[in-house]
Amino acid sequence: MNHPLEPGLKSLAEAGLGSIALTVNGRPALLNCAPPTRLAHALRDELGLTGTKIGCDAGDCGACTVLLDGKQVCSCITAVAQCAGREVTTIEGLAQDGKLNRLQQAFLKYGAAQCGICTPGMLMAASDLLAGNAAPTQAEVEDALGGVLCRCTGYQKIVESVLAVAHDDLTLEPPTAGRAVGSRLARLDGVSKLTGAEKYGADEYPAGALWLRVVRSPHARAGFTLGDLDAFRRKYPQIEGFITAADVPENSFCVFPVPKDQPVLADGHVRFRGEAVLGLLGERDAIIAIPEAEMPITWQPRHALTEPEEALTATGDLIHDFAPENVLCRGRVVKGDVQAAFPMAAHVVEENFRTSYVEHAYIEPEAGYAEVVSQGGQERLRLFVCTQTPYMDKEEVARVLKLPHDRVRVVPSAIGGGFGGKLDISVQPLLAVAAWKLKRPVRIVYTRPESMASTPKRHPSRIRVRLGCDKEGKLTAMDFAGDFNTGAYASWGSTVANRVPIHASGPYALPNVRALTRAVYTNNAIAGAFRGFGVPQACIATETLMDELAEKCGIDALEFRYRNAIRAGDATACGQVLQASAGLDQCLDALRPAWAGAKEASAAFNGQAIRSGSRKRRGAGLACMWYGIGNTVIANPSTMTIGLRASGRVVLYNGAQEIGQGTYTIMPQIAADALGVPVSLIDQVHSDTDLTEDAGKSSASRQTFVSGNAAKFAAEDLRRQLLQLAGTAADATLRLEGTALIAGTSRIDLQGLTPINERGDLALGSGYFNPPTVPLDADGQGVPYATFAFAAQLAEVEVDLDYGTVKVLHIHAAHDVGRAVNPTQVEGQIHGGIAQGLGLALMEEYISGKTDNLHDYLIPTVGDMPRITTYLIEDAEPLGPYGAKGVGEPALVPTAPAIYSAIRAATGVRVRLAPATPDRLKAALKAHEAGQRL
Amino acid sequence: MHISTAPAASYLQPTALSDALAALADAPYVVLAGGTDFYPGRVGKPVDDVALLDITRVADLSGISRTAEGWRIGATTTWSEVIEAPLPAVFDGLKAAARAVGGAQIQNSGTVAGNLCNASPAADGVPPLLALGAEVELASTLGTRRLPLSQFILGNRKTARAAHELVIAVLVPAWPEAARSSFIKLGTRKYLVISIVMGSAVVALDKAGRIARCGLAIGACSAAALSFDALARKLVGHTPAEAFKQLAAEDLQGLAPINDVRGSAAYRIEAAFTLAGQVLARAFEQAEGKA
Ligand SMILES: Cc1cc2nc3c(=O)[nH]c(=O)nc-3n(C[C@H](O)[C@H](O)[C@H](O)COP(=O)(O)OP(=O)(O)OC[C@H]3O[C@@H](n4cnc5c(N)ncnc54)[C@H](O)[C@@H]3O)c2cc1C
Ligand code: FES
Ligand code: FES
Repeated sequence: MNHPLEPGLKSLAEAGLGSIALTVNGRPALLNCAPPTRLAHALRDELGLTGTKIGCDAGDCGACTVLLDGKQVCSCITAVAQCAGREVTTIEGLAQDGKLNRLQQAFLKYGAAQCGICTPGMLMAASDLLAGNAAPTQAEVEDALGGVLCRCTGYQKIVESVLAVAHDDLTLEPPTAGRAVGSRLARLDGVSKLTGAEKYGADEYPAGALWLRVVRSPHARAGFTLGDLDAFRRKYPQIEGFITAADVPENSFCVFPVPKDQPVLADGHVRFRGEAVLGLLGERDAIIAIPEAEMPITWQPRHALTEPEEALTATGDLIHDFAPENVLCRGRVVKGDVQAAFPMAAHVVEENFRTSYVEHAYIEPEAGYAEVVSQGGQERLRLFVCTQTPYMDKEEVARVLKLPHDRVRVVPSAIGGGFGGKLDISVQPLLAVAAWKLKRPVRIVYTRPESMASTPKRHPSRIRVRLGCDKEGKLTAMDFAGDFNTGAYASWGSTVANRVPIHASGPYALPNVRALTRAVYTNNAIAGAFRGFGVPQACIATETLMDELAEKCGIDALEFRYRNAIRAGDATACGQVLQASAGLDQCLDALRPAWAGAKEASAAFNGQAIRSGSRKRRGAGLACMWYGIGNTVIANPSTMTIGLRASGRVVLYNGAQEIGQGTYTIMPQIAADALGVPVSLIDQVHSDTDLTEDAGKSSASRQTFVSGNAAKFAAEDLRRQLLQLAGTAADATLRLEGTALIAGTSRIDLQGLTPINERGDLALGSGYFNPPTVPLDADGQGVPYATFAFAAQLAEVEVDLDYGTVKVLHIHAAHDVGRAVNPTQVEGQIHGGIAQGLGLALMEEYISGKTDNLHDYLIPTVGDMPRITTYLIEDAEPLGPYGAKGVGEPALVPTAPAIYSAIRAATGVRVRLAPATPDRLKAALKAHEAGQRL
Repeated sequence: MHISTAPAASYLQPTALSDALAALADAPYVVLAGGTDFYPGRVGKPVDDVALLDITRVADLSGISRTAEGWRIGATTTWSEVIEAPLPAVFDGLKAAARAVGGAQIQNSGTVAGNLCNASPAADGVPPLLALGAEVELASTLGTRRLPLSQFILGNRKTARAAHELVIAVLVPAWPEAARSSFIKLGTRKYLVISIVMGSAVVALDKAGRIARCGLAIGACSAAALSFDALARKLVGHTPAEAFKQLAAEDLQGLAPINDVRGSAAYRIEAAFTLAGQVLARAFEQAEGKA
C-alpha cells in the first residue's frame, strides 16, 4: 500500500487543494477534484471515461473495476488521492489501435456480454488475472472474477471466454447470405459494449443539466405536509428548483390503462417506504450535501398493512379507495369439475407454498435525462433513459405532462439489464416534470438503495395447490389458489394475476382445473413485472406436487411428467387446443440419459457418504414449465420497416428494444435471410420513438416471435418491391453488389434512383405482426396466446446436512424454442435465467429497509453457478419467424422447482418457503429428522 | 491535550508516521486506509465533509516483517499482501480468511488493521488473529501501547482505540514451526458475502503428538468475535482424539448470536458448534500431517 510520491504532489493533496496527477490508460492525466473523490466519479465526470460503470458505489457489484498499478480495485471506493502518481487502466485502455485485444475478442465470439454493464468490470478483473497467469484454471478464473456481479449471463460464457484467451482461435466467421438464421453471429452491438463506448442511462447528459434529487418517504404509510420551501431554499441556496405534486399536470400513472393509481410525487400521503414526495434540483454535489434530516417535511405515520393476510382482512381500511378488500384484481380459469374429480382420484396431494419479494438487481440503476427542445416552433420533451419500453414511456410521459403524444420523444439509452424492472415507470415522469417546469435539462441516476426501495419487484406469493391423478398416473384435477402481494401500487399486478391461472396447470393435459388468483394491495414495496410474471412462483408449487404424486403412484418423476405432458392436439386449461410446437415430450426425452446418470451418481455418492460418516448428500430433481409468448390476450403488435439506400446498404429500423437479450442482432439475422442478403450489409437505426415504428415492449418473451415476424415480413415486402422494380420473377435471387442491385438477370444502378423519403431510402418494406388470440370468457376459456415455449430442467445438488447449505452442481436445461435464431444467444438466455432461478431458490429475498443494497441482497456470484448443459429442442412454430418462439422468461421458470426437487431427493425435505436459505433449510432438515412438519 | 476540529474539507496524506500522529493529536481526523468500509457507508452522500487522514503512504505502516517475538503486520497491509506473503503454515487460517474477504478487489484495497478497527461482528480477520493470540499496537504522540486483540475490540463497531491513536500494526506471536491453523466461513454465497458464522483454530502438537498450545475463535455469533481461551487451556496435554472427547457445549459459552437477514440466532448457535468442531478437526489433521 506504500507508494512513493512525487515531490510537490504531497503538499497539494495535504492541503486538499489543486489537482492530482496520475496516468490513465498510459497517458498523463490531471484531476481537479477533492482528494477523497471516488475514482469512478473522477474518471467518468472529469475525464469523460464513462466505460467504467457504477452499479452501487459501495464495492458490492464490481462494475467499476479498474486496474490500479495493474491490480483490480473497485474505483467507486478508491480515493483519487490514493491514485496520485500511479497508473490506472480502464476498459478504454484495452483495445490497441482500434483493434480488440484477445480477451475482448473472446468475449465477442462467445457471447460473454449481454447487456454489457458488467463487461467493463469483468474485462478488467480478467485482465489482472491474465497479466500474471496466461493460462489460468477455471478455479483461478472464478477467484479473479468473484468480485464482479453479472445478472444476465449466468457467468458460464464469461468464464469460457477468459479460458479461451490462452488457446482458442478467436476469429469470427460471419454467416453468408441465407445462412444468418441459426448461426452463432456475434452480437452486432458487441464491440461498443467491449470497448466502453456504449452509452447507458448515466453516461450521457447535456452540458448544464441540473441534478434531480428525489426525497423519499421513510415510512410505509403516512400523511405528510411540506413545510416552507422558500425558507428551505434560503437556507440552502444551492437549490435551484423544486418539484412537488403541485407541479405535475396529471399526477398519476401506471403501465396499465386502469387503475392509474400511482402519483409521480405523493400528494399528502404515502403508501410505501421509498415513495417520492419531493424533488430538489441543483448542482449534484451541492444538492446531495443537504442532510436528509433537514428536509422540510412533517410526517404523520399510520399503521401499515404490509402483508396480504392483514390487508385482506382490514375491513374498511383501504389502501386505495377504489379497491374494496384491498384487492387490485382477480384471475380465474375454470375447466371441467374439480369438485367432482377429486373424490374419484386415486391419489391426491395438497400443500401450501410461499415465496418472497425478489429484486431484479440489474447492475445499472435507473438513469437518464430530459430536456425541452424546440422543434418547428413547438416545445417538445426529449427523454434519454434506460427502458424496456420506449413507446409506453412516451405515452405515459405525454399523459403526465398533458401533452399530445407527438410532443414527446423517447431515445432509449443502452440498458444495463431490465428483466421486467425497466418495463415500468421510474425516472421518466420525474425527469419530464422537472425539465418541463424549469425549462432546463435535468438528469438523474438512482442510487442503489433508491432503486431497490422505489422500483417494483417480483410478487411475493402464497399458493395452495391440490393435485390428483388416477391409478395409472394420469392427472385428473388441480385446484390452485394464489395470493400475490402487489404492494402499494398496481404496476403489472393485473398481468400476474391473469397469467398465473392460465399457466397453473403446468405443461400437462389436465381435464379438471380451477385456478384462482388475487393481486392484493399492501403498504409494502411495489411488485410488478419480473421475468415470468408470477409463473415461476406458481411453478414451484405445482412441480413440487408433481414429484409427490409421481412418488405416490410409484412412477419415476420423469416418466410421470412424460405421460402427462401436453402435446399438439391436446386442450389447455383454457380450452385452447395446441396446434403445433408443443415440445415438452422431446425436452424430457433429451434429458433421459442425464436423468438416469444423475440418479445413479447421487445414489452412489450418498451410499459412500453414509458409510464414511460424511454429512453431505446429493440428489437429482426435475421440473417442467410452459410459457405463453406475448401479452395475455391483449393485442401486442410490432411494426418494423427496412429500407435500401443508394449506397447499396440496407437499413433496418429496429424498434425492438435491445435489453441484452439480443434484438439488435436477431432482427437483422431474420431480416437478412428474408431479404436474401448477408447480414453484414444491414445497418440499423435503433429504437427511437421519432425514428422507428412501434415494436412494442421488450417483455413477455415476445420480441423474437412478434417483432421477428414483423422484421421478416418487412424484409419480404422490401424484397417484393425490389424484384418488382427489377421486373423479375418473385422467386428470383437478389444480390447487392456495391451500389448495384442484381435481381435475376437484371442489374440496377442504385445511384440512379430517387429516394422515397428524406432519410434516403430508395424503397421501404414494412412488416406488421400481432399474434392471434381469442379473449377469455368469465371462466378463462379462450386462446390467450398464439404459442407456448416448453422446457424441462434437471438439477443436481449437494446439501450439507450440518449447515443447510446447497451447492448446485449441474443443471441440464432442455428448451423447446421452436427455432434457435442464434444458438449462442439462446444459450445465454438460458444460462442467465438459470442464475436468476438459482438466486430465487436459494438466496434472494428483498426486505424493505433491510436488504436495499447489493451487500445484503444476495444474487449468485460466479462461484455459485453450476455447470449448465443446454439441449435446444426445435419443434418449429408455424406462426413464428423461421419457426422461432421465445426463451427469455422460460429459462428461469423451472430452475427453482428443479433445485427444490433435487434437495428433496437428497434429504427428504420439501421446501415450502423460498428462498431456501441455510437457516431455513437447516430448520426443515431438523424437523424432518424429528419426523415433524415445518 | 487540546481538542480542535479539523477543517471539513481537509485531506492529509502524510508519508511520515510522526506527521500522521501529530495530525491525530491535533484533531479527530477520520483515518482512511483501503476505504472499503469508509465509502460504502456514504452511498449518495458527500465524501469530503469529514477531515480525512489517509495513512496509505506512511512508509512505516506497510508490509509484514519478522520480529524477535514473532510477526508484525503493518497497519496498511492489504489482504492480498497477506495472501502473497511467504509466511509459516500457522498463518494458513489467516490466509484462508484473507481469501474469503469480499472479492479480489476488496482484498487488493482492504487492510487487516482496517478490518479490526471497523470492528464488525462479522469481520473475517478477527477469529484467525484471535486464535493466533495476536496483539494490536497503537501509537499516538504520547507513545505506543499494545493490547491483546480480545481487549482491543470491545463490541459491535467499538474498539479501545482513542481518537488520537492510530493502529500501527498487528503483532502475531511466534508459534512452533509445526503449528497449523484452519479457517471456515459459512455464508450464503461463494464470494462477496458477509459471514453467517466463521471460525478459526490454531494448534501446535508436542513431540508426543499432544496438544502443546492451541487457540479457537468464533465470529458473527456475538458483538465481537470470541476467543475460547479456557477451552484452549483445557485441551493442552491431550491428543487430538482425546481433545474431541473433552469438548462440551459449556466450552463455547458466551456466544450470543442475533437474528438478522443472514440467519436466525438458533441457526447460528448450532452452526457455530458444528463449525468449532470442524475448524479444530482441520487444524488437528493438518498438525498430525493427515491433510
Ligand atoms: C464489497 C465488500 C465486501 C466485503 N467483504 C468482507 C468480508 O467478506 N469480510 C470482512 O471481514 N470484511 C469485508 N468487507 C469489509 C472491509 O473490506 C474490511 O473490513 C477491510 O479489511 C477494511 O479495511 P480498509 O482498509 O478498507 O478500511 P477503511 O474503510 O479504510 O477503514 C475502516 C475503519 O477503520 C478505521 N481505520 C482503518 N485503519 C486504521 C488504523 N490503522 N488505525 C485506526 N483506525 C483505522 C477507519 O477510520 C474506518 O473507521 C467488505 C467490504 C466490501 C465493500
Ligand atoms: S459500483 Fe463499484 S462496486 Fe459497484
Ligand atoms: S451482461 Fe453482465 S450484467 Fe448484463
